[in-house]
Amino acid sequence: MNKFTVLNGLVVPLDRANVDTDAIIPKQFLKSIKRAGFGPNLFDEWRYLDHGEPGKPNQGRPLNPDFVLNQPRYQNASVLLARENFGCGSSREHAPWALEDYGFRAIIAPSFADIFYNNCFKNGILPIVLDAVVVDRLFKACETIEGYVLTVDLDKQTVTTPSGEAIRFEVDGGRKHRLLNGLDDIGLTLLQGDKINAYEARRRQEAPWLFGGPRQ
Amino acid sequence: MSGLTLFQKLWDAHVVHVEDDGTTLLYIDRHLVHEVTSPQAFEGLKLANRTPRRADAAVAVPDHNVPTTDRSQGITDPVSRLQVETLDANCAEYGITEFKMGDIRQGIVHVIGPEAGLTLPGMTVVCGDSHTSTHGAFGALAFGIGTSEVEHVLATQCLWQKPSKTMLVKVEGELGRGITAKDIALAIIGKIGTAGGTGYALEFGGSAIRALTMEGRMTLCNMAIEAGARAGMVATDATTIEYVKGRPYAPKGAAWEQAVAWWGTLHSDADAVFDRVVELDAATIEPQVTWGTSPEMVTTINGRVPNPADAPSDIKKQDWTRALEYMGLQGNTPIAEISVDKVFIGSCTNSRIEDIREAAIVAKGRKVASSVKLAMVVPGSGLVKQQAEAEGLDKIFIEAGFEWREPGCSMCLAMNADRLEPGERCASTSNRNFEGRQGQGGRTHLVSPAMAAAAACAGHFVDVRKL
Repeated sequence: MNKFTVLNGLVVPLDRANVDTDAIIPKQFLKSIKRAGFGPNLFDEWRYLDHGEPGKPNQGRPLNPDFVLNQPRYQNASVLLARENFGCGSSREHAPWALEDYGFRAIIAPSFADIFYNNCFKNGILPIVLDAVVVDRLFKACETIEGYVLTVDLDKQTVTTPSGEAIRFEVDGGRKHRLLNGLDDIGLTLLQGDKINAYEARRRQEAPWLFGGPRQ
Repeated sequence: MSGLTLFQKLWDAHVVHVEDDGTTLLYIDRHLVHEVTSPQAFEGLKLANRTPRRADAAVAVPDHNVPTTDRSQGITDPVSRLQVETLDANCAEYGITEFKMGDIRQGIVHVIGPEAGLTLPGMTVVCGDSHTSTHGAFGALAFGIGTSEVEHVLATQCLWQKPSKTMLVKVEGELGRGITAKDIALAIIGKIGTAGGTGYALEFGGSAIRALTMEGRMTLCNMAIEAGARAGMVATDATTIEYVKGRPYAPKGAAWEQAVAWWGTLHSDADAVFDRVVELDAATIEPQVTWGTSPEMVTTINGRVPNPADAPSDIKKQDWTRALEYMGLQGNTPIAEISVDKVFIGSCTNSRIEDIREAAIVAKGRKVASSVKLAMVVPGSGLVKQQAEAEGLDKIFIEAGFEWREPGCSMCLAMNADRLEPGERCASTSNRNFEGRQGQGGRTHLVSPAMAAAAACAGHFVDVRKL
């Protein structure tokens, strides 16, 4: 997993509440058995005017000029500014895969859906919760000022505006540590192998029906 | 000290290790796997030279990509076929039990788990699917995970978690005639909103919940995620134990006695304290119909589509306006005047035998309206289909003009060939009315199975209680 330390990123405002993971990456692209390559189909139904299918070349597809990601001033953005309950719905990790593949490394919103929020940390994306009033202010600023860049510092837990205002955000200590260092969760868990063994040995006595499982 | 909630009891029974900041390594008893969210997890496992810690705790089934029409030719879409074949290969390689296409036990992962007795009270159950909350109906802690966590569970049988806050949703009283668990679920989401349960584990309690069958409880817990909660649960009681008894993978003999003794404790203590309590009066719940593009955009069959001018805030006004534009609806339109093009009865929310029976009662002796292009019934599993056919329900549907299909996720998310065309309007018993969910440009109205069958026959939404 990619480390996340400090990001200086162009901000793109996506002014919709309850953006669901079906909108982030539509279902037909979930047929892929790969982890990579979802970026060109991020927000596919909003981004293009025609219907996208896996395997269909995206080059030359008609773009929706009204969709914010297609506007020239927001090209190469790496910070997504969003509204409440971002990432609701399906647990598909293809959603953060698509966001990451497109180039987003941080998402700022007043709130996130739980599963999506968790999935972001597994993929080097930092989801940042800020007060709705602050988010609203950022929306106005980045719509007004072309080339609006925010600096996200995970270690200091701050989002800094071009005028130098540092806005503090909260993040769970364990998640922060893993993201700062790009650590593999499974490797860390396997260090607890003795405890897992001990737990299983006890549960085999207490609840033997939970072991053995289905047999064909 | 106050008593424990059901969530706390389930949590405490699965703690392997706690870090200083409270992050907990939680043991997972049952891992359900399907073809869409697992290939990258198996690939990751392979790349790291790891193997599943407990293949016996996992069970797999293809459901999202499978055709619901004639299966004699297999899956014709090569991309879908490769995904299902990849699941087959991974399960074969690692010795994971799979209910393959063609196996009578194949079906939607959240239907087949309980049906086979793979979901049991007191378990932690996970699956790379947000509707895993369904299994909480048994007094289990069940929640959806992403693919990285699917890999993590395969490798370690554990997950890193922090305890959720707890919310009790209390529904007291008696449901009116024709009112189902689906109506309760939509009424709750209408009340607390699609983010109302974010950060919480929901427990559904009260006399109306205790009176529900297991099928009804599963419908309710299934929709917990639509209220933002990863987990929904109902206390284990005699109804639960009666349902589980004798299922193929349920414990037998002495183990059964030992299990039942523990299961009897799986309820919140009378003096347990919840972080939040929400109450609903069962008697006031009417048949629900969604009008927008989020499950919280819901009203009753006797209600009207709201007018954005009446929205409580500017953000809501913008949401409602966008939703009505997408749905092709005008504010103030009576719900009962909205006509439908297609009807879908199925999904992990409403495809169990009781759902099929409720729809069949309405379909019996009626005909699908000529204005309806397609009305389909997709049973949740091969066993549900077999049971329904034994009861003659398939004939009722076919005589009425419905299509009777093979089991799978089908038009709930339209990953297979079953989908809405742009602009088509559907009465659907599924769980999400998001833009494009049932097909690009498709317009979804969520309802109960009886209400969906009634809409099919009337050609528009109609109060099932007045039929």
